[in-house]
Amino acid sequence: MADKIYRVNMSNLSFKIEEVPASWMGLGGRGLTSTIVAEEVDPECHPLGPNNKLVFAPGLLSGTSASNSGRNSCGAKSPLTGGIKESNVGGTSAGIMAKLGVKALIIEGLPKDAETFYQLHVTKDRVEFIPVPELVGLDNYAVLEAMAAKYDKKVAVMSIGRIGEMRMNIANISVKDPGGKLRSHGRGGLGAVMGSKKIKCITVDAESYKEVTIENPEKFKEASKIFTKTLQENPISGQGLPAFGTNVLVNILNEAGGLPTHNFREGNWEHAEKICGETMAENIKARGGKTTHGCHAGCVIQCSQVYNDKDGNYLTSGFEYETIWALGAHLGIQDLDLIAKMDGLMDDLGVDSIETSVMLGLAVDAGILAYGDGARAYELLSHEIPTGTPLGRILGAGTHILGKAYGLVRVPTVKGQGIPAYEPRAVKGQGITYATTPMGADHTAGYAVATNILNSGGHIDPLKKEGQVELARNLQIASAAVDSTGMCIFVAFAALDDAKCLPSLIDMINARFGCALTIDDVMNLGKNILKKEHEFNIKAGFGKADDRLPEFMKYETLPPHNVTWDFTGEEIDAFWNF
Amino acid sequence: MRIVVKLFAHYREGRFKVQEGDFPLGTKAADIIASLELEKTSPLGVLMVNGKHVSPDYSLREADEIALFPKIGGG
Repeated sequence: MADKIYRVNMSNLSFKIEEVPASWMGLGGRGLTSTIVAEEVDPECHPLGPNNKLVFAPGLLSGTSASNSGRNSCGAKSPLTGGIKESNVGGTSAGIMAKLGVKALIIEGLPKDAETFYQLHVTKDRVEFIPVPELVGLDNYAVLEAMAAKYDKKVAVMSIGRIGEMRMNIANISVKDPGGKLRSHGRGGLGAVMGSKKIKCITVDAESYKEVTIENPEKFKEASKIFTKTLQENPISGQGLPAFGTNVLVNILNEAGGLPTHNFREGNWEHAEKICGETMAENIKARGGKTTHGCHAGCVIQCSQVYNDKDGNYLTSGFEYETIWALGAHLGIQDLDLIAKMDGLMDDLGVDSIETSVMLGLAVDAGILAYGDGARAYELLSHEIPTGTPLGRILGAGTHILGKAYGLVRVPTVKGQGIPAYEPRAVKGQGITYATTPMGADHTAGYAVATNILNSGGHIDPLKKEGQVELARNLQIASAAVDSTGMCIFVAFAALDDAKCLPSLIDMINARFGCALTIDDVMNLGKNILKKEHEFNIKAGFGKADDRLPEFMKYETLPPHNVTWDFTGEEIDAFWNF
Repeated sequence: MRIVVKLFAHYREGRFKVQEGDFPLGTKAADIIASLELEKTSPLGVLMVNGKHVSPDYSLREADEIALFPKIGGG
């Protein structure tokens, strides 16, 4: 059975199952969501209005046995940035959608009845619209429980909590993972778009799917074996990530003077050791958690973990460096257990743990709480924001709007999105990615940290300008392509350092679809995606001035290396010369 | 000369987090890596002295802080 496009119209609660247009055939994941948004969404539309569309698309290899291929992309015009957005996630939704033959799910319109929230239940032959008044006002874990009681336990669930219902910019879309915990389409406020369409949750039937068809199973198996081996043999994906998770980065960024501290005032934090990956791993071992855990079936990297409190009770999983950095060095909380508790709460509430935590750090500058005041931060997160108090609404609008509301100058955002975890002045290649990516400040869009700090794919001095624009360009092109395959971005470490990795990935795509793509074709795909996204943003009103970092980074010197952001506008704009 | 040696990730196992020691003049970063047998644990990923990336043939100076990481990553 060929894959289909499932198109839902919330204005009249109808659906259509359509053939895949020829021009979308070779696309998946981000390539497909960004193409659909660029072709079908008016760039001038209001992101929460009737003309925005919410699009889900599993990657090209999702649903197959390929290692690490279980990422699902979600796209729309972002209420946070006002530009195009793609945010991808692990969990079970990509595999189940792909096996059911759903190449993309496109959700259009707004219901006329502004009171009712719906569950969309996607099966092979239809989409059901089920009013769910009983779920309104509940957060994600309660939604998962309700769906587990209703369907086979494998059913895929994408859901929003109260904050998504209130259409706040920090709202994410949460996705059930294989262990019944949550993963997030985190960035860009996509949960607010889902809330605007009055969709509380989307479930995808996991009982009637078939395995995906592979055109050339023998070749696929052969390529898949090589690909898996490159991930397992790479010291980063094979050893570092499973042992310490992404939080292994605290110490290396701290050492390099690139750990943004106290709202981007310094590049080192004296308490880094209290929150670092090594400390986290020790706690996990001592308390009976899990240092390795996959966010989706078929993950051989297992960078996730289960983190328990001192009494061995679950606090969180998928405990990532960027969140720990933001609540730690940026906001000043030294207690890793409290950070974990807040991370777990953010899963349940359904908020982007990066945007929310960067915003809470800025709230220190706004005078809302003191640097390091974890108790007050917890209260803001657990009470003010989810109950929608006026202060909670301002906080829930994200870092950029909080900065405007309080008349702040030192606001760490690009295109309205909070800057994560890597100080642009001291990791200059990453700064170029933050400035130029159509997504707003997004570290995964072109992870120059790899080559600036981690010596993956060679080394380019993080403190100098030379080579950074080209590095960020090449990485963003490659990432746009990888984000279309359904692959986890961490395959990039093997791809950067092992010549067998990328060819085997392309061989798998060719074997899956019976095509003959080359590395050049895949890079061209990446270029096309970036250009489409950039063009959408230009039509939405973005200009060169939006491809800039916050001005204070140009005139404030960052210790310990005493560096500023010293790229000219022309130098940054050269990024788009391809 | 006094040098501070800092180890991270897998390099800490069976060794230490941070240690200050006396080293003869002319000691190179590579000598410290070899004396600690770090690469028996995992290949060297990143070497920094005073917060800046250097190569293993870097000659250490009084009061330098050397940080040694196996190949690690995240994001």
